[in-house]
Amino acid sequence: MNWDWEAVRDFMPQFWDGLLVTLQALVLGSLISFALGLVWTLLMRTPSRWVRWPVGVFTEFVRNTPLLVQLFFLFYVLPEWGLTFSALTTGVFAIGLHYSTYTMQVYRAGIEAVPAGQWEAATALSLPTVRTWQVVILPQAVRRVVPALGNYVISMLKDTPLLMAITVLDMLGQARLFSQEHFRFTEPLTVIGVAFILVSYLASVLLRTLERRLVR
Amino acid sequence: MSVETNKQPADGTHSGPAPLIRLEQVTKRFGDNTVLDHLDFSVDAGRHVTLIGPSGSGKTTILRLLMTLAKPDEGTITVDGEQLFPASEKQIREVRKKIGMVFQQFNLFPNMSVLRNVTEAPVTVLGLSKDEAEARARELLDLVGLADKCDAKPSQLSGGQQQRVAIARALAMRPQVLLLDEVTSALDPELVAGVLDVLRDIARSTDITMLCVTHEMNFARDISDQVLMFDSGRVIESGPPEKIFGDADHERTREFLSAVL
Repeated sequence: MNWDWEAVRDFMPQFWDGLLVTLQALVLGSLISFALGLVWTLLMRTPSRWVRWPVGVFTEFVRNTPLLVQLFFLFYVLPEWGLTFSALTTGVFAIGLHYSTYTMQVYRAGIEAVPAGQWEAATALSLPTVRTWQVVILPQAVRRVVPALGNYVISMLKDTPLLMAITVLDMLGQARLFSQEHFRFTEPLTVIGVAFILVSYLASVLLRTLERRLVR
Repeated sequence: MSVETNKQPADGTHSGPAPLIRLEQVTKRFGDNTVLDHLDFSVDAGRHVTLIGPSGSGKTTILRLLMTLAKPDEGTITVDGEQLFPASEKQIREVRKKIGMVFQQFNLFPNMSVLRNVTEAPVTVLGLSKDEAEARARELLDLVGLADKCDAKPSQLSGGQQQRVAIARALAMRPQVLLLDEVTSALDPELVAGVLDVLRDIARSTDITMLCVTHEMNFARDISDQVLMFDSGRVIESGPPEKIFGDADHERTREFLSAVL
């Protein structure tokens, strides 16, 4: 095995493109999964079973089918229904949707961990239900769940290479393309390996900062 | 204000104007366990009533029913002439505003500052401006001796201080009735006195109606003008504290008091 710094240098322009795509998928996918997961959780707590039942079935279905299948489905089937999005948009949405079915469980646990006394105090003060959620329950639930959400962010990062399947060139996609063109495998794959570690490290530092700020 | 007059007096101990709080034939069961059994019970405005009795006798349940934290299985509850149960959600929300509660475990909102704990409901529910609510909150926090803790978080306070904030928070809603559910039971012994002092002040200086469940017999003797002895979901004896603590009629009351005093 010989290491060629020349090849590393040649890979850089493509690497930056790939990194940008990976980061976009990670950040937007996370935001979608955080927001959508909260929506599922709240819908699952509505009194109407006509809301809970479909939401429960749908999220159970999404959680228990592979992300790769969902990516293919959204990428190849939606256009047949007249819905066309860019491959990246489709990929980001698929990741966000898939992980929202996990974050919803995290939120649920966080909400259930808020002591019953908090609800009782809110009732005793006549706070309306929506306001109780906004200023009492969710702020306390969210700070409890940040560590668990962080784990899913790292998980999501490791799933971004699946986007390759729908023609989106993330870091792995770019490395593979470069390898095929230049017959160099060691350098691009090593570079992106290191990059994955750095991104996940940075993400966990960011999340820990956020956690500390929230828990204060 | 409309007062229902077509009902029989709930019990024989009250005469004159309609009582502020009235429970009629209230039954509450938890599974097979009947905690309150066709209870009739009323409290006149401005009274300071203490409920005593062995645990499991239904004292706390009465407070929880009045605060609408639980619903009776049967019976009616009236507060200030308006029905609290059975009633529509809308009616319950309105009537509930007349009642405040202080809990054994304080239940302050840990994510809010002390000041915000006291201003949140007056701003959101009563529609006070932020300035008005804060001015009033500072007054109340001063009353409970915590004027300097406005910006602290509940977790930075001792249990006794948290409980005094909880008292200020309940009073900020200007309730007609204050429910006190074993408010000193979770406190270290040396912190109890501060909380009791505050409540004694409030009892003397306001015309708020107080309904307390407590195991602090000294407190019961000190602030209440009526003591109700509960056993198995029924009031077995009621009277002024001197009478109950000094010369109870009922054997069961004397037994209970000799066990706790």
